[in-house]
Amino acid sequence: MTTKDRIELDRVTIRFAGDSGDGMQLTGSQFTNTSAIVGNDLTTLPDFPAEIRSPVGILPGVSTGVSSFQVQIGEIDVYTPGDEPDVLVAMNPAALKVNLEVMPKGATLILDLSSFTIRNLDKAGYKSNPLTDGSLDAYHLIQAEITKLTLNALEQLDLEAPDKTRCKNFFALGMMYWMYNRPLELSTGWIERKFAHTPLLAEANKLALSAGYHYAQTADLMPSTFEVRPAQLEPGFYRSVSGNQALALGLITAAKQADLPLFLGTYPITPASDILHELSKYKEYGVISFQAEDEIAAVCAALGASYGGSLAITSTSGPGMSLKSEALSLAIKTELPLILIDVQRAGPSTGIPTKTEQSDLLQALYGRHGESPICVLACSRPTDCFDVALEAAQIAVQFMTPVIVLSDGYIANGTGSWKIPDPDQLKPIIVRRPTDPEAFKPYARDEATLGRSWAIPGMAGFEHRIGGLESQNETGNISYDPLNHELMSQLRADKIQRIAEFVPEQAVLGPESGKLLVISWGGTYGSVYSAVTQAQGEGLSVAHAHLRHLNPLPRNLGELITRYQQVLVPELNFGQLAKVLNIHYGTQVKTLNKLQGQPFKIREIRDGIDAALASLPLEALDV
Amino acid sequence: MSDTPILSKKDFASEQDARWCPGCGDDAILNAVEAVMPTLGIPKEKIVFVSGIGCSSRFPYYMASYGFHTIHGRAAAIATGLKISNPDLSVWMISGDGDALSIGGNHFIHAIRRNIDIKLLLFNNEIYGLTKSQYSPTSPSGQVTKSTPYGSLDRSFSAASLSIGAEATFFARAVDTEPKYLQSILQRAAAHQGTAIVEVLQNCVIFNDGAHKWTTDRASRSENQLRLEHGKPMIFGDTVKQGIRLNGITPEVVTLGENGITEGDILVHDEKASEPTLAYFLSRMRAPDFPTPLGVFRAVEAPTYDQQIHQQLEDIKVKKGDGQLRKLFFSGDTWEVKASAENQNEALSAGGNHD
Repeated sequence: MTTKDRIELDRVTIRFAGDSGDGMQLTGSQFTNTSAIVGNDLTTLPDFPAEIRSPVGILPGVSTGVSSFQVQIGEIDVYTPGDEPDVLVAMNPAALKVNLEVMPKGATLILDLSSFTIRNLDKAGYKSNPLTDGSLDAYHLIQAEITKLTLNALEQLDLEAPDKTRCKNFFALGMMYWMYNRPLELSTGWIERKFAHTPLLAEANKLALSAGYHYAQTADLMPSTFEVRPAQLEPGFYRSVSGNQALALGLITAAKQADLPLFLGTYPITPASDILHELSKYKEYGVISFQAEDEIAAVCAALGASYGGSLAITSTSGPGMSLKSEALSLAIKTELPLILIDVQRAGPSTGIPTKTEQSDLLQALYGRHGESPICVLACSRPTDCFDVALEAAQIAVQFMTPVIVLSDGYIANGTGSWKIPDPDQLKPIIVRRPTDPEAFKPYARDEATLGRSWAIPGMAGFEHRIGGLESQNETGNISYDPLNHELMSQLRADKIQRIAEFVPEQAVLGPESGKLLVISWGGTYGSVYSAVTQAQGEGLSVAHAHLRHLNPLPRNLGELITRYQQVLVPELNFGQLAKVLNIHYGTQVKTLNKLQGQPFKIREIRDGIDAALASLPLEALDV
Repeated sequence: MSDTPILSKKDFASEQDARWCPGCGDDAILNAVEAVMPTLGIPKEKIVFVSGIGCSSRFPYYMASYGFHTIHGRAAAIATGLKISNPDLSVWMISGDGDALSIGGNHFIHAIRRNIDIKLLLFNNEIYGLTKSQYSPTSPSGQVTKSTPYGSLDRSFSAASLSIGAEATFFARAVDTEPKYLQSILQRAAAHQGTAIVEVLQNCVIFNDGAHKWTTDRASRSENQLRLEHGKPMIFGDTVKQGIRLNGITPEVVTLGENGITEGDILVHDEKASEPTLAYFLSRMRAPDFPTPLGVFRAVEAPTYDQQIHQQLEDIKVKKGDGQLRKLFFSGDTWEVKASAENQNEALSAGGNHD
């Protein structure tokens, strides 16, 4: 055994890349889970094509067949998956070519030498072999016959060659485990559970994993190994969750806290389908997951379930939300609680379905017929999805209104370390039911929230009719009275505005007043937070406000904005929140926009901050 | 339910007056439904009427039960969610030919496919009434309406063929002009477990008056209606006895007593046949070559979707135990971060079921 130097790092970013059938998402998530359990803080960026098994080695632009998984692990708060990877594991020439452009000079490239055949190089569009033509001189190259060594390691097993080859991702994972001093046990345990019914495949993957580990240890490929010490996380119990998992956990929890059955009406759509997959597992919690015939049926079934007294959810992505908009207006009109989750993706239309974007904000706020105000919340990171789900349920039930929850592909598929809450410390969600049949009026309202009470079929003495036709105030009878229509429209709008009085004021990170306030929402949280704290560390007058509440906006936001000379709004769209802020507060915010299906890098936000500060008048800079 | 109060027809009439056009067939159907409700032994608070959009869909406002007037075409989806979430309810859906078969066609066939336990009353007047005279998916080709001044080119749907094709476990047809018969059919639908489609041939007195006259006209109805009875031969006509015979795989009308034809040659109705073939034959029988079949085309037993969903929940609860939040949170790999300066982490479990 070779004794290596062990270098301590405070953070490292690793990207695993291969073809979409190579198992790179799995390799990355295994590395992530093990790192989480040894105590690192981390943020991930799974990035995969829409194709399930695209042809080997084809490049993006022809067919985006390369799949990658990037993870940043560290001992200090890790809020992004890292701007630039320190290490790239590339399973073939195409994966190398596609990913090399983001690799900084000096980074480590771990390549599967077995795949660098003339045929694969040709498919990737390489005119000459990058391993020998000097084009990779600026990188630290680790070449290993990963495929061949995997086949050798599995020689004794009675499996077909393609099945053996498929284990190469675990060989590569084994190498990375040795390099970063991680234990194998968590992944071997996972393999045993995953392949419980196919012991031979379990054996093969375990062998490949340990072969990779021992190969890296003995082959003297690496000058040193690395240690990323555990993060200083708050004491407690943790598990890693993806955004979609955290939403599912939050919804089940909300239903328990409200003592309501949970109903999900949904239709498969990327990247929201995992919410359906997750909730379908938990039948012992009484969760009903209904895969409807289409998006419209999905929201309508949820609304029917809400009318019947369930905590009703419908999950979708942008195109699906468009289809649901008519039913959302019915939910607004009938004042029934409903949670619509929109996991945003790059649009319009089918767009780039597996890539992230924040371009459904205006649809969520305004994309319906009639005067139809709705509450809109946004998740900021995978673990935040749990809290947002709880708050959405609380608002929906308390104010008797549909609530839109905006997530995005980056949050949905990314993972974070979730501090498990104590179930006994969670607040109950109070459902208001009418108690006196004599005094019951379907549209009589709670004075504080303006929410109506929720009488459900089965409650004797409260039989009533609701529907899409305008209702007479209080009684709910059909009414075409012009003044009543205006009154009811106003009440529906006022009710949504009331929500702002019940949620906390907008918090600010940084100085209470100053030169620049960066306002962000949704999945850009990590990069904006990191860029702002970096700038603050350099003494710049920058503060950060990250919005969860997009409608109604926080009650102190207008006043808050006036305390800074300038406001910068970075968004993965063409300035949708910026437009909303300008309309609401008569301000002229600076925008920073990106529409590439990828999250912001910290650097990009930081450049935006510097540019915004530089654009201030000189006298202001002297303040 | 011994404590269920005895209800009368008027207990089911809401305080709102029906506002259909004078002479509309909908009033007769409302009357029949109000008459049937007290006979079902279901408390009023457990009955819900759900409708879409159209003249027929105003129906829930006139019933003193729970009611939900929804959006165009979507009542079946809303009723499905309601029934799944709350299987104790008796859920009645009111729809028209445009609402159920055009804009709501997808939800209609999928409700049937799942055999969700809802009673679906399809008021078929072969016209869009509320939007004031456009042809519907059941209007015959060539129909002149405001949107088809030179005659419609569309081929029409048979609600029966569509339902049977989607393997409806219950399909029946009645007419708005014969209230007692309609009531008996509604009672059959109410007793059925699963999606029960009742097509009511209904007259729109304003925009499509007389659309079903051939079937409903007092003078000729005995010749033009085939009343289906389970286990009985398909015989119709007062003066001349006629019947339906199968010629190869094609039904034909024959006269009893002619060419040696006896009752033994006539098709016997079997609403319980497990294959929907016979019911489909019936669905293809149309004027003027055939009498209009009325009554229960098909009534077969099959598990209902709502029952199955709840059975699955119960079975899994028995297998896995009632879900507790603590167990939910700690499923999958968890670890503990300790407060000590060493910050040693401990992997707690690697045995979760939910990776």
